[in-house]
Amino acid sequence: MLARRIIPCLDVKDGKVVKGVKFRNHEIIGDIVPLAEKYSEMGADELVFYDITASSDSRVVDKSWVSRIAEKIDIPFCVAGGIKTIEDARIILEMGADKISINSPALANPELITELNRRFGQQCVVVGIDSFFNKETQRYEVYQFTGDEKRTQKTNWTTFDWIKKVQQMGAGEIVLNCMNQDGVRQGYDIEQLKLARAACKVPLIASGGAGAIEHFIDVFQQADVDGALAASVFHKSIIQMEELKNVLINNKVEIRPC
Amino acid sequence: MSLGTTPNAGKVVIIDTSCANLSSLKFGIERLGYAVEVSDKADVIQSADKVFLPGVGAAGAAMEIINDKGIPQIVRELKQPVLGICLGMQLMTEFSAEGNVDCLGLIPGTVNPIQAENLRLPHMGWNTLSVISDHPLFDGITKDDYFYFVHSLCVAPSNYTLAQCDYGQAFSASLCNGNFMGVQFHPERSGKSGARVIQNFLEMKA
Repeated sequence: MLARRIIPCLDVKDGKVVKGVKFRNHEIIGDIVPLAEKYSEMGADELVFYDITASSDSRVVDKSWVSRIAEKIDIPFCVAGGIKTIEDARIILEMGADKISINSPALANPELITELNRRFGQQCVVVGIDSFFNKETQRYEVYQFTGDEKRTQKTNWTTFDWIKKVQQMGAGEIVLNCMNQDGVRQGYDIEQLKLARAACKVPLIASGGAGAIEHFIDVFQQADVDGALAASVFHKSIIQMEELKNVLINNKVEIRPC
Repeated sequence: MSLGTTPNAGKVVIIDTSCANLSSLKFGIERLGYAVEVSDKADVIQSADKVFLPGVGAAGAAMEIINDKGIPQIVRELKQPVLGICLGMQLMTEFSAEGNVDCLGLIPGTVNPIQAENLRLPHMGWNTLSVISDHPLFDGITKDDYFYFVHSLCVAPSNYTLAQCDYGQAFSASLCNGNFMGVQFHPERSGKSGARVIQNFLEMKA
């Protein structure tokens, strides 16, 4: 049976792995390649590297670390951040990334999703969505340029309309980052992810809020997501991969054992 | 020792199909300690002891590139073991419904969309094998081994199926016709289980 995926996320800034709380106050966690190797050996099913500075700085930063990762690890990985053109994507995929994830550039030009799909295939086109629940309007709203607090801005898209749109354009997978939960380790946004699941026919990855093993059980059992992404619980060794996977298996979640 | 030569595998060549996963496959082979050469030149490919045919993306676009390079003629005449990977395996069959394109015709079969009913597509992630043949390519592999799959089209099980996987329907996780073999999953991205399949291929007697 197809296993649910546990996906450590490494936010990359200036060539280092960092972690912020609610997208703020980034602290350095360590070097990229040793961390990638560590997670791969621990039993991670996939890794995501978000170059969080790239989109906001309107430049493509040095991505030579992509091929250094590809050399070392034998699990799939995805690179996000600042990919605005077919050429940007080609370079990263040729360096050995399995997928590329686009976020703000897709909002600026949804056609980019279709172009990437045609050139490289649906399987490697991931769309990342930063979604914020607005208590005043009671709506889930899509944000862009979230890598830089000064430039972060609300778009006109509601989250579920955007989820439908990116699928029409040819996305192969969606990572839904629930901003209200991000970095605070209070659990995934199950309600939002359930609604997203109903609108999403491609693989859906939950992001934002993982703080305890129960949160992973809940998100797989209740929101039926295909993968769960988390950062700080792994970086800070709050959760051990092996224990997490064993508990999930004991809870009848289909998981690839460590 | 020339480039691409290792003692126990002989000369290993990846056919340069200009597709995106070339380097991850190259790294995957090198991690096992083998040297490997990437080439689209007939004499280099013909002189190899083991040949990989990688592929990702859409069948139509990939066949166009392969045809432009004259690769079909070269591959059809190879007598040494050839391993197609993911789209590379699909291209070894006769026809793909993805772009309605004629493929290499090395292994009987056709490529069609996965009939996954209510399941999500693409079939993306780690899955196990439901049927595994007694074949050197799968030496040491059991139904507990997980492999990384990413695809929306598949080849239905047939007499040429070496291993089977289930996702909404049963499909060929691996095909074989004489010296031509293929795997639908990505062994270079399938941890230790995938590394074992690559190693099995490289150590296979021609």
